[in-house]
Amino acid sequence: MVIFEHSRAGRRSGAHRFDGLDAVGDLPPELLREAEPELPRVSELEAVRHYTRLSQKNFAIDTHFYPLGSCTMKYNPRACNTLAGLPGIVDRHPLAPDSHSQGFLRSMFDLQEMLKSVTGMKEVSLTPMAGAQGEFTGMAMIRAYHVARGDHERTEVLVPDAAHGTNPATAVMCGFKVKEIPTDEVGDVDIDKLKAAVGPHTAGIMLTNPSTLGVFERHIEAIAGIVHEAGGLLYYDGANLNAILGRTRPGDMGFDVVHMNLHKTFSTPHGGGGPGAGPVGVGERLRPFLPVPMVTEEDGEYRWLTERDRPQSIGRLSAFMGNAGILMRAYIYALLLGREGMERVAMFATLNAAYLATRLREEGFELAYPDRRPTHEFIITLRREAKQLGVTAMDFAKRLLDYGHHAPTTYFPLLVPECLLIEPTETESREVLDEFVAAMAAIRKESETRADYVRGAPYTTPVRRLDDVRAARHLDLRWRPAEEAPAPAPEVGEARQA
Amino acid sequence: MSDIPKDLRYSPSHEWVRDEGNGVVTLGITDHAQESLGDLVFVELPEVGQSLAVGDEMGVVESVKAASDLFSPISGEVLEVNETLGDTPEAVNSDPYGDGWIAKVKLSIPTELDDLLDADAYTAVAEEEED
Repeated sequence: MVIFEHSRAGRRSGAHRFDGLDAVGDLPPELLREAEPELPRVSELEAVRHYTRLSQKNFAIDTHFYPLGSCTMKYNPRACNTLAGLPGIVDRHPLAPDSHSQGFLRSMFDLQEMLKSVTGMKEVSLTPMAGAQGEFTGMAMIRAYHVARGDHERTEVLVPDAAHGTNPATAVMCGFKVKEIPTDEVGDVDIDKLKAAVGPHTAGIMLTNPSTLGVFERHIEAIAGIVHEAGGLLYYDGANLNAILGRTRPGDMGFDVVHMNLHKTFSTPHGGGGPGAGPVGVGERLRPFLPVPMVTEEDGEYRWLTERDRPQSIGRLSAFMGNAGILMRAYIYALLLGREGMERVAMFATLNAAYLATRLREEGFELAYPDRRPTHEFIITLRREAKQLGVTAMDFAKRLLDYGHHAPTTYFPLLVPECLLIEPTETESREVLDEFVAAMAAIRKESETRADYVRGAPYTTPVRRLDDVRAARHLDLRWRPAEEAPAPAPEVGEARQA
Repeated sequence: MSDIPKDLRYSPSHEWVRDEGNGVVTLGITDHAQESLGDLVFVELPEVGQSLAVGDEMGVVESVKAASDLFSPISGEVLEVNETLGDTPEAVNSDPYGDGWIAKVKLSIPTELDDLLDADAYTAVAEEEED
């Protein structure tokens, strides 16, 4: 139900009235609206109940285990949120002069330095506003680098098939042609195929390490050598940075540019479309091309670096400098952790994943890469269950909701059939991991005796199983008042009739 | 086991080709391919007049699980595409070798047909994937 459906003429809520705001008096009359705007007319109690009920329907990290692989859904410490909301931070105007913004500028400068240190890069720009923009920035800089050298023949970007799914799209957005590099059977990049693919047209390679297969790319130094020798650069997708934070650094592996998802690794709230933060770090070669503004320090004074300081910059990505509130949360998170705490993030993230993988294997589930040590996430394949019991990875995912766990990522990566990509993160206790294993075992037992029942899950959620095929074929995202509504849409949202 | 008609030719990337005579072929994706993708929700067709070489991307099929590129199994020029798939992508699921056809192509190198797999060879490819 949307709040407009509670609306009744004449109702109002005192708590939601704005007082003390003067009406703007000097607008030309022909620009003033005649009809009143369509706003919901509800009492204070109705508004409170409506939004409280909505919040109770959330299936979120604050209420449930959320092992959504590749998304790093870890707990967001309340301190970050509270401190980022201090009046000195939220009331600062983005156009305030540097002399009035020294505290904010220093925080951003320190964050740049911390990210530099933890990734092993030479310089960091915080401005990209999301992971996708960070990727775009990285590839735009690689392009600018080759163009600045007059090297116009480098039109190809190599992307291993275990790379993060957005990488090929980013390369195409930046005007490159994508060449896919296959993975060998144990999950590493196929070195012979890579050697055959590089050449004078190679602009660079986009690599995720650990890869989306949940394993560390063991040949990374050899890969860096091959690509650099061919004249290309290496882009590190920071999607899985949580696995290595404080333990090893992309800069030491030979990467020229790194993007980081602060909303994942640095624990700011995410999901539902943002806001995010996707800073980039670069090695020496790409420094001149970093997007502005950045913060610099001279004799204890902090100031913005702009196009004047960096004439070769690829430019600006937003009106100011990214999502300042998210960057502040990440800065506070990094301060809370400290250098040693960062290392514990990676250690416990990988320990939790290894524990969960081992326990699931003991329960008879099949690991996609049984001979490899999981990093911060791992893949199980339910192809046996699908074949023998007729219960798919999607059925397991839906039934997990009834057991009080958010589903892992399903059917990604595409390389593994009937897969679940599971990322417990470092913030879960052993008891929660054990409950998850017990739920998986219980679902398989149910599948042996009552497969139809599992195929109809979930049963305890506010909305039952969606008909995702019909929803995709008849996409309808707009709510309309009953009198305007078209003929009732097919029963999307009701349980599928088996 | 999926349906693999004897009278068609196949590519290892799961496209089928039917020789219509006069140097024209009809092509689509195999029953095995539609089965692994699941219910299709969108088909991006090639353009009429587009010229194709073997292995060129010629469109996309998208299901609720995955999006997958279509690769041209032969070289030639696109004469006609199955516009009805815009409204009814499910035809590829229900009738992959009939109403679910994707394009008709005028061959530029007719001998390429001989390089494609026959039904037995493609059966081996599909079986290997199902294991």
